[in-house]
Amino acid sequence: MSMFKQTFILVLASTSLLFGFTSLAQTQGAGLGTPVSESLLENFDQVVEPDGSGLPEGNGTALEGKLVYDEKCQVCHGAEGEGTSGNTRIVGGDINSSGNPIRTVGSFWPWASTIFDYVRRAMPTDAPKSLTDTEVYQVTAYVLYMNGIINQSTVLNSDSLAAIEMPNRDGFIDRSQVQ
Amino acid sequence: MSNPINSLEKVAGNGLINRRHLLGLGLGGAGLAITGSVMAADNALPFEIPSWSRQPGPGASGYGTRSSHTEYMQRLAGNPNPVYPGGGSSRSPLQYLQGTITPNSLHFERHHAGIPAIDPAGHKLVINGLVRQPLSFNYEDLLRYPMVSKIHFLECSGNSGSLFGANASDGTAQSLHGLVSCAEWTGIPLSTLLDEAGVLPEASWIAAVGADAASMGRSIPINKALDDVLLALYQNGEPVRPGQGYPMRLFVPGWEGNLNVKWLTQIKLTRGPSNFRDETSKYSDTMADRSSLQFTFPMGCKSLITSPSGQMALERRGLYQVTGIAWSGAGSIRRVEVSADGGQSWADALIESQQSDRALTRFRIPWQWQGGSTVLQSRATDDKGNVQPTRDALIATNGLINRYHYHGIQSWSVVDSGEVRNVYV
Repeated sequence: MSMFKQTFILVLASTSLLFGFTSLAQTQGAGLGTPVSESLLENFDQVVEPDGSGLPEGNGTALEGKLVYDEKCQVCHGAEGEGTSGNTRIVGGDINSSGNPIRTVGSFWPWASTIFDYVRRAMPTDAPKSLTDTEVYQVTAYVLYMNGIINQSTVLNSDSLAAIEMPNRDGFIDRSQVQ
Repeated sequence: MSNPINSLEKVAGNGLINRRHLLGLGLGGAGLAITGSVMAADNALPFEIPSWSRQPGPGASGYGTRSSHTEYMQRLAGNPNPVYPGGGSSRSPLQYLQGTITPNSLHFERHHAGIPAIDPAGHKLVINGLVRQPLSFNYEDLLRYPMVSKIHFLECSGNSGSLFGANASDGTAQSLHGLVSCAEWTGIPLSTLLDEAGVLPEASWIAAVGADAASMGRSIPINKALDDVLLALYQNGEPVRPGQGYPMRLFVPGWEGNLNVKWLTQIKLTRGPSNFRDETSKYSDTMADRSSLQFTFPMGCKSLITSPSGQMALERRGLYQVTGIAWSGAGSIRRVEVSADGGQSWADALIESQQSDRALTRFRIPWQWQGGSTVLQSRATDDKGNVQPTRDALIATNGLINRYHYHGIQSWSVVDSGEVRNVYV
């Protein structure tokens, strides 16, 4: 092989390597992700957003939720949601009370969607994800009812839950762009 | 005989000595040991060959262990709370560590529902939501992607929170401030994987979800996610340990620890923040006027003296090396000043380590303790001009309800007996 030809091949090879690496690193990575459809992720994706996106089918009322709550929640959160420690109180309180305000679902949480989301993914702490979607709707309704936000017979579903305006909704200031 | 310490240049009140003397004094490494002229060897025994030099020791091993003489270095774990099985934290022993890299076994932990036992062969990372094509990645495939390595601190936003308390608690550097650590994190720029899925224009946030029992989730703005966030697979050269998110975690440089979702299993692209429990009920900052600041991400410009520090004792008067760590979520530490008279005068400490972007920085300065009571403090400045505030200034801004993002100046009192205590000044 002539010297010229050898050099030419080397240049070609390194040029394609360069382009190849650039496209790998900047645009496509290794391209090894497996395409999946959202329908396959229906059980896996449990993110619920304030506008109600991600809420599943189903519904529940506080009347129904009391049964689930008494069996599975009140051991930590207390019979009336008064809690068994500071972090487990979920009812009452006043964000404007003097001293250290008591921050509960009713007095503090800005979105009702968070109750559903958190209960479904993390509660009860000794058996997370053991509640059915219907039970999560029921318990969410009961927690809202105990806080005086809905009636005991209000049917909570994806639409009615997203429409709830929490008492401290305007108490939060988004600082995400202050960096 | 003249005392050579007396010839050292004093640069601030109550015995602080020019940092350049560190270079020639041979003060290194001995913790609180004193060097100087006071130790005469009048009653010394003749030197003998030690016993360990008279027999061969054990040979090479498959996995290293530390000396039995350093086993006092332990993380400090809180008491278990039956309400949150597996929840809680453990704190790094800052007062015993040197340099800037935290050993993986001593890196602080914060778990919300314990450490999941993940088989990487069964673990998926899903990217879905507002993307052109939802994707699923398995662990072995992710190992084939181009990676980068970055040294960064990680700090829980609740670190040092007890310093907001009305009374100064009698704690150590570890118990008061041990929810900060620093490591080299190696992984895939998250932008690589997001680009592969194809971020749609309407996607403004990501929701990151872990595979622990709490499926802990946090929301992060898309501009940060595409900027410098890593899918971290390695920590200090080894696969991230289970307590740090094995087989993979999110790493969000400079921002509060809770965002660095461990056991990461889902990234969902969304229009707005998902408002998870841990960014509404927790990790939001309620101000004195009862408004709550949400998504307060960057960690503040901060430092503390780790030696001497709380519950240590100076054994005798003389020369000490004052050393500590400084860091900022906004950039690199440019300057650390130390005061040995409760903030009346300050001297620049030597920045001993590399000044790295959002990494721990190690500082030192020689100090001659002449006995008596005083207060030691350090004050950091970063390359963006942020200066670590006093505790009073921080409280004036933040109030006393919020317990996150404490980064005020730490004051250690030294009393005549040599005992060191956490105090407010």
